[in-house]
Amino acid sequence: MPKVIFVALDGSRRTIDGAAGDSVMATAVRNGVPGIVGECGGNRSCATCHVYVDDGFAARVGPPDDLEDDMLDLAVSDRRDTSRLSCQIKLTDDLDGLTVHIPDEQP
Amino acid sequence: MTALIVGASQAGVQLATSLRDHGYTAPIVLVGAEAHAPYQRPPLSKQFLSGAADLASLELRTAGFYAERGIDVIRGERVTHVALSGSGRRGAGIALTDGGRAISFDRLALTVGARPRRLDVPGADLEGVCYLRDIDDAARLRAHLTRAQEVVVVGGGFIGLEAAAVARAAGRTVTVVEAAGRLIPRSVAPMVSEFFRQAHTRRGTGVRLGSGVAAIQGWQGRVSGVRLLDGTLLTADLVVVGVGVVPRTELAEQLGLACDGGIVVDEYARTSEPSIVAAGDCTVLPHPLAGGGRVRLESMPNAIAQARVAAATLAGDPRPYTEVPWFWSDQYDLKLQIAGVAHGYDQIVVRGDPGAERFSVLYYRRGQLQAITAVNWPADYLAVRRALAGGTPLAPDRAAASDTP
Ligand SMILES: Cc1cc2nc3c(=O)[nH]c(=O)nc-3n(C[C@H](O)[C@H](O)[C@H](O)COP(=O)(O)OP(=O)(O)OC[C@H]3O[C@@H](n4cnc5c(N)ncnc54)[C@H](O)[C@@H]3O)c2cc1C
Ligand code: FES
Repeated sequence: MPKVIFVALDGSRRTIDGAAGDSVMATAVRNGVPGIVGECGGNRSCATCHVYVDDGFAARVGPPDDLEDDMLDLAVSDRRDTSRLSCQIKLTDDLDGLTVHIPDEQP
Repeated sequence: MTALIVGASQAGVQLATSLRDHGYTAPIVLVGAEAHAPYQRPPLSKQFLSGAADLASLELRTAGFYAERGIDVIRGERVTHVALSGSGRRGAGIALTDGGRAISFDRLALTVGARPRRLDVPGADLEGVCYLRDIDDAARLRAHLTRAQEVVVVGGGFIGLEAAAVARAAGRTVTVVEAAGRLIPRSVAPMVSEFFRQAHTRRGTGVRLGSGVAAIQGWQGRVSGVRLLDGTLLTADLVVVGVGVVPRTELAEQLGLACDGGIVVDEYARTSEPSIVAAGDCTVLPHPLAGGGRVRLESMPNAIAQARVAAATLAGDPRPYTEVPWFWSDQYDLKLQIAGVAHGYDQIVVRGDPGAERFSVLYYRRGQLQAITAVNWPADYLAVRRALAGGTPLAPDRAAASDTP
């Protein structure tokens, strides 16, 4: 059971036991983590699941593909190098302890 | 001050959650006829059907979430009767379920959704004729699909085309039969319909337009073919029917609420009895992009947005519905995204290259941007969705230039 740590804007952390194969977005939404909306259910259509991947994990998680990159460019107000759509990050046992930061606002 | 929400799916779950977000502290009872914990429907014709997702991954919220938020979820029971009490507080009443339960409530929300329209031809009840609305339908269809060779899809709407794409990608022989002269006729411009016809044909899926179904033929109780109105017989061992949905209005009718192809609500999700709200696929709502008329929006974003509005109304903090309608559909590697309402337009602007399977179509009425359909072009889709939401004008001549927006 890979753990995911969600860090809110005020620095508070919430740790959730995820399931390998589930997305970070689904893990957040199902457990009611505030600030991750996931309106399109993971279809790369809404960008309301935007997160900043913690620096320590950014390399392991990897960059977005082209479509996701376009979405991030257009939809997200404060895009950074570590920006990802969390519906496109699948949990694996390797990513245990994955830490993501929730942005200030979602589109 | 118990709030009763009838229908535990996209709209019902969002309504319950949003009520709590509004600080509603009284009991919330969410009753759903389905035995499963509330789940997402869109993947049923996509990742779930293809086997890429399982039921557990579709769950909307964990059991722990409902417990923590104090949402009492009653599963597998259908509300069969509902009535407001003649005296006492306005909006209070009682509901009875087929499980023998009586639930008294002070606030009522209907999020009962829609049921698939049944095919009304001889043979429609043969084994191997499948619908696709709930998880049980999808599981049955998925099981049939593993054994089927020849699949006929009746209905060239989104669900039919998505199911056809999954079946074709799994190597089946697939034919889509559509009664209208083009695919997805109510939602997109003719050139987009034609694009999808060609895209399906290129991938080996047969498409027959202007073809009505006369009968389903069978052998030993199982489907063996589909007879078209023109006499053609298509052999088939699996028939998928996607011919639209019918909103569930029975409870609204019991309550004497106005219904007109759905439960009529205003921009605050109030029914004709303003103490009762309704949201999601069961409603028809006024929308500025629909030219002053009412629309029924069968989509997850609408179910969520309208449920939020309904919750705010129930919590005594009414805010009007302002969401720009949006929708998506995945067929093979084609990602279609729609924003706005493509009705009553008098001009379209095409950007990109349909031949390269990457383009968008913008719809205008009297020079005013109404809607977009984008294929494999999320950037255009998002830009237009934002323009529609913000009321930013985007003139047709500017849009036609490929370097804007
Ligand atoms: C296969 C499929 C694919 C789809 N794909 C997309 C997509 O890609 N994008 C998109 O935006 N939308 C899509 N949709 C549409 C989307 O799923 C619906 O718009 C959404 O589910 C509507 O939610 P709802 O809560 O209003 O109604 P529903 O999801 O229909 O839920 C209503 C619930 O109420 C229950 N109920 C009804 N009557 C009673 C009663 N009397 N007592 C108790 N319970 C009752 C029903 O059992 C049901 O569970 C798809 C739908 C399907 C079926
Ligand atoms: S959930 Fe919509 S883009 Fe991720």
